[in-house]
Amino acid sequence: MSLTRQEVEKIAHLARLAITAEEMPVYVQSLSSIVDFVAELARADTGDVEPMAHPLVGQHQRLRADVVTEVDMHELYQANAPAVQSGLYVVPRVIE
Amino acid sequence: MLHDLSLTELAGLLAAGKVSSVELTRHFLARIDRLNPGLNALITLEPSAALAAAAAADLARGSGKNSPLLGIPLIHKDIFCTAGVRTSCGSRMLDNFISPYDATVVERLKAAGAVMLGKANMDEFAMGSSNETSYYGPVKNPWDTSKVPGGSSGGSAAATAARLAPFATGTDTGGSIRQPAALTGITGMKPTYGRVSRYGMIAFASSLDQAGVFARSAADAALVLQAMAGFDPKDSTSVDVPVPNYAAALDAPLKGLKIGLLEEFFDGLDPRNAALIDAALAVFRAQGAETRRVSLPHLPLSVPTYYVVAPAECSSNLSRFDGVRFGHRCADPKDLLDLYKRSRGEGFGAEVKRRIMTGTYVLSAGYFDAYYLKAQKARQLITDEFRAAFAEVDLVIGPTTPTPAFALGAKIDDPVTMYLNDIYTIGANLAGLPAISVPCGFIDDLPMGLQLIGPHFAEERILGAAHQYQLATTWHRQSPRGYE
Repeated sequence: MSLTRQEVEKIAHLARLAITAEEMPVYVQSLSSIVDFVAELARADTGDVEPMAHPLVGQHQRLRADVVTEVDMHELYQANAPAVQSGLYVVPRVIE
Repeated sequence: MLHDLSLTELAGLLAAGKVSSVELTRHFLARIDRLNPGLNALITLEPSAALAAAAAADLARGSGKNSPLLGIPLIHKDIFCTAGVRTSCGSRMLDNFISPYDATVVERLKAAGAVMLGKANMDEFAMGSSNETSYYGPVKNPWDTSKVPGGSSGGSAAATAARLAPFATGTDTGGSIRQPAALTGITGMKPTYGRVSRYGMIAFASSLDQAGVFARSAADAALVLQAMAGFDPKDSTSVDVPVPNYAAALDAPLKGLKIGLLEEFFDGLDPRNAALIDAALAVFRAQGAETRRVSLPHLPLSVPTYYVVAPAECSSNLSRFDGVRFGHRCADPKDLLDLYKRSRGEGFGAEVKRRIMTGTYVLSAGYFDAYYLKAQKARQLITDEFRAAFAEVDLVIGPTTPTPAFALGAKIDDPVTMYLNDIYTIGANLAGLPAISVPCGFIDDLPMGLQLIGPHFAEERILGAAHQYQLATTWHRQSPRGYE
């Protein structure tokens, strides 16, 4: 196994994913096999090639004018929220 | 039969008043009622909205409007946001999500008068090559219901192959249009990166994702792409390049067209698959095309490169699903961290969690240079090699998949084996190139696909070559038994 259970637990924490104890061995095994598989890249001679930034030559991130283009639709958007009160998203208390 | 007609034939019947859009829509809805339960290709049906849209299309036609897709039914992959209609992305996470707006693709096809019948099943968040990772269960291949239809756009492919709609939308991040098109015997087109807007298309790997079309011929795909393509200010990677008339390009003769055979695609290829490609090449040569071999030495690195870049982007994109603003939330969270972790742990399926964790790992401190940066360098090398090849040839050609459709359950427990399904399709995504898969024969009574890849914005050339091939062959006219 190229990844240990502890490493996978740390990755799951960083990714904010609850993984059950029963699921964990499956992820240790499959993530190890994926990491071994992509490790093949290490053997490639990439020389001083620049890492790719965009698939199309000469394209770059377009900017737009900083003007308001959207109307207030918070009621529509918040219709999908698990918990809303007075137009605010409700989450467990974060400040004691 | 209405469901076996081309888009041009259907448009002709509609224009001549021989059939109405309401009749056409009823015809396809009845087929869906009868045939979808055996396939699980559609996960949301919108019969009332479809009939209303069809009636509106008939009314518009009555007042003198006409366009190639006016009144023609379609199915959208459930990755496209549809205002007022559940948009699940095949995930428990979005099982309760009603999109507040339409994706640009949805908006454009609506504006063209196309009538949405419902939404297609898919691998969860488009992560899969068999449509087995869907929260709503696997899709069956209409050619053999013990086989997968491919993925991730498996529902769109199976629905189009089973004639549940004349065409369907899909998305292709590593082959998710071309691979299922090949495995279900239909035509599937992935345009150039930036050609079709990604606005409202739920993001998986933003530098690779591209919307495209499933149809039963290249000529039909050309008509649909015409309505989908074009600049969209709402997508910051949409490219402002004029959209040519794709249908007008279909009749370009192939004489002198230079076709490259990708040597790396033929290494270790099943001889039966190679024989199908050889037969296709003979068809192109008979029409005056020239063929030669081309080599992309770094192409074999495509799959490992992709399985670093795509999970990295996925881990970032899917961080928006936090159980706060929309999507699944766990019961009784004890604090915010618990809310995040359990909402995501419960809302995402196994493959999505695996990809998020792979991406988190390759982006984490100490591993970023070795994996992510290295992969982006390999991606540049592969892209440069494609560019060099297109200085020599007009198109490159090869198989779409290594094998025909495999059995349900055969590969789902072995992610790396599943990933290798996309060995021939991923290169075009890494380089942002347009590509098509067209039916080219059968192995073990299951359909196989021929893939044509072109330089950036060469959709006309690809569609034209595919159309000329389809004029000379009948593979694309075969229907799965029971769905004629």
